[in-house]
Amino acid sequence: MSSYLIRNAQILGGAAQDIFISEGVIQEIGTDLTVEADVDIDAHGLIALPGLVDLHTHLREPGREDAETVLTGTQAAAKGGFTAVHAMANTFPVADTAGVVEQVWRLGQAAGYCDVQPIGAVTVGLEGKKLAELGAMHDSAAAVRVFSDDGKCVDDAVIMRRALEYVKAFDGVVAQHAQEPRLTEGAQMNEGQVSGELGLGGWPAVAEEAIIARDVLLAAHVGSRLHVCHVSTAGSVEIIRWAKAKGWPVTAEVTPHHLLLTDELVRSYDAVYKVNPPLRTADDVHALRMALADGTIDAVATDHAPHPMEDKECEWAAAAMGMVGLETALSVVQQAMVETGLLNWEGVADRMSHRPARIGRLSGHGRPVSVGEPANLVLFDPGYRGTVIPDSFATRSRNTPYRGLELPGRVHATFLRGVPTVLAGELVEPGELA
Amino acid sequence: MKRHLVSAADLSRDDALLVLDTAEELAQLSGRAVKKLPTLRGRTVVNLFFEDSTRTKTSFEVAEKRLSADVINFAAKGSSVSKGESLKDTALTLQAMGADAVVIRHHASGAPARLAQSDWLHGSVINAGDGTHEHPTQALLDAFTMRRHLNPGLGHDLAGRRVTIVGDVLHSRVARSNVLLLNTLGAEVTFVAPPTLLPIGIENWPCEVSYDLDSTLAKTDAVMMLRVQRERMNAAFFPTEREYSRRYGLNGTRMARLPEHAIVMHPGPMVRGMEITAEVADSPRCTVVEQVANGVSIRMAVLYLLLGGATLADAPRTEAPENAA
Repeated sequence: MSSYLIRNAQILGGAAQDIFISEGVIQEIGTDLTVEADVDIDAHGLIALPGLVDLHTHLREPGREDAETVLTGTQAAAKGGFTAVHAMANTFPVADTAGVVEQVWRLGQAAGYCDVQPIGAVTVGLEGKKLAELGAMHDSAAAVRVFSDDGKCVDDAVIMRRALEYVKAFDGVVAQHAQEPRLTEGAQMNEGQVSGELGLGGWPAVAEEAIIARDVLLAAHVGSRLHVCHVSTAGSVEIIRWAKAKGWPVTAEVTPHHLLLTDELVRSYDAVYKVNPPLRTADDVHALRMALADGTIDAVATDHAPHPMEDKECEWAAAAMGMVGLETALSVVQQAMVETGLLNWEGVADRMSHRPARIGRLSGHGRPVSVGEPANLVLFDPGYRGTVIPDSFATRSRNTPYRGLELPGRVHATFLRGVPTVLAGELVEPGELA
Repeated sequence: MKRHLVSAADLSRDDALLVLDTAEELAQLSGRAVKKLPTLRGRTVVNLFFEDSTRTKTSFEVAEKRLSADVINFAAKGSSVSKGESLKDTALTLQAMGADAVVIRHHASGAPARLAQSDWLHGSVINAGDGTHEHPTQALLDAFTMRRHLNPGLGHDLAGRRVTIVGDVLHSRVARSNVLLLNTLGAEVTFVAPPTLLPIGIENWPCEVSYDLDSTLAKTDAVMMLRVQRERMNAAFFPTEREYSRRYGLNGTRMARLPEHAIVMHPGPMVRGMEITAEVADSPRCTVVEQVANGVSIRMAVLYLLLGGATLADAPRTEAPENAA
């Protein structure tokens, strides 16, 4: 295993320092280190952050390898600065058994670009009717601690209550996709001014907020951990803020796209903007940014949702919901949160690494950038300006809402336990991963 | 004018008046023994209908034939579309066949917009109704009908005329196109519907909203009754057909509240006994049949202006000789 001396990196945006890593561990940090390393990296002007952790990634394998595989998805993750991703359970077959979660976990190990922590389905087949074997998934090699029916809401209050209670036995957490199904039948976009004008079925904010309100009360009642996926409305923020003020064990995430984009984009009827939960209003975007800044929302999670071209190049109602996001997440957060003065780089590290790792109980990730810690690091160039070119992505899919948009920043290098997965902005060849 | 007609908002006041005036001139044709103009000879117009619509399709087809266009009917049912062909591949096929214009009716809101913005097709896209979004030629024919009754004359608009649109605004592409075009032409629009059948955010639309039909009729120059599908009842938009009919249907008693000159309109097909009684539908104030006739003139005008790209004065005025015998 090679050793690396990273020169003049600004750790969490602080003063420039050298970082020496070898044997997968940060060995030394200081100015003008004199240690001999196999490789020297000039990190002048680059920010060093702990490797990012994504709580919400759709890797699509098994079943939809036309959209993404564990290999291409984790390559995209590495290029985005991630060292760990949580793979969502809505694959084909659904990750609702120990067998499927172990398969995904092993595929991640084999790919080597970042750690893949499978999420297990809460209910069999994501059908919301019968609990999946949550304990078996936890006891498997994949050691599942996060359970979610994401894509579908666990809308039955009793099933939700039981799931919350049951996973307490192994410190699990239920990550809820909050969407009241009856209120969102035929829903195509945020219900509001724009949906009325466009004649597209509305997805009202209340359908998210009603479920979150119910779930935080359930979590409090049974004393279990609840995590709220992709919070998208100002009202949801208020409910979560209230629940946290009560001291209840509730955490929440927001996607990069909900921090930047609004439903006005749907006026184009370009299905690249179709996503679930839908893009909301400028007021919602503002509330989400404030909530991420003050910690009401704990984490940024990408909800990276690759789809093949044909599922987006069609009329709106026929299109699939979702956007790819791993390779643009940090840039979007820089634009929405850092350049607006709402978060500094320490805050970014907290919301994109420390807190998501803690929610997922990933012990080797989300650690401080300090001596003796595992060398999971990302070197990020915040001064870079460039337009988003989907064809340069590592993900197999191209459904990005940022095509042609100028976004700040670029990942220069990513290290997974001391091994570079990305260097000079390019993926390291698989054979070179030690 | 723009190259496509996807939304009533694509039309400026001048564009809209040009369509109405052109339609007025073309309408004179229908009185002649030979109703055909050679204007679009050699041009290919495709009627791409993903949704059943005998009335609109027939209207477009008559308009196209009167302008001597080559007409291709591409019904989604019974074609490769029903076997899962994408909108994109259908469009590429039509492009390869040399379509100069595509008249599209689609069940998905935004499908015509998607075609118009794509590089799949180079011809003009004319929206013949998309989902619950828009139906701009219907709005044009409605405006044409209103102008004839309320402010006749070339170059005239509908300034100050009060139009009341009653019924299922939430699901109505006719209502959406009408509110846009009527505003462009200076009319004042009031929507009347139960609150469940009005879209969220309607307070920001350029119109008034009322839940009470009786109070608005006295201040109405044209009342347009929208079709209300009985199935809406099953999704709890209103309790029963009878209750809807009592509160929002137009019957003889209500019609009597209208000013003397006011007209009763309906985009068709009517559900007699639901939103309109037979007495009203068959009364001389009801313009339903007139609207159908006007629809042909309006669609001729739209095709003419989008494909001909010239004003009517430049058009050859001779009637097609091969039809003269």
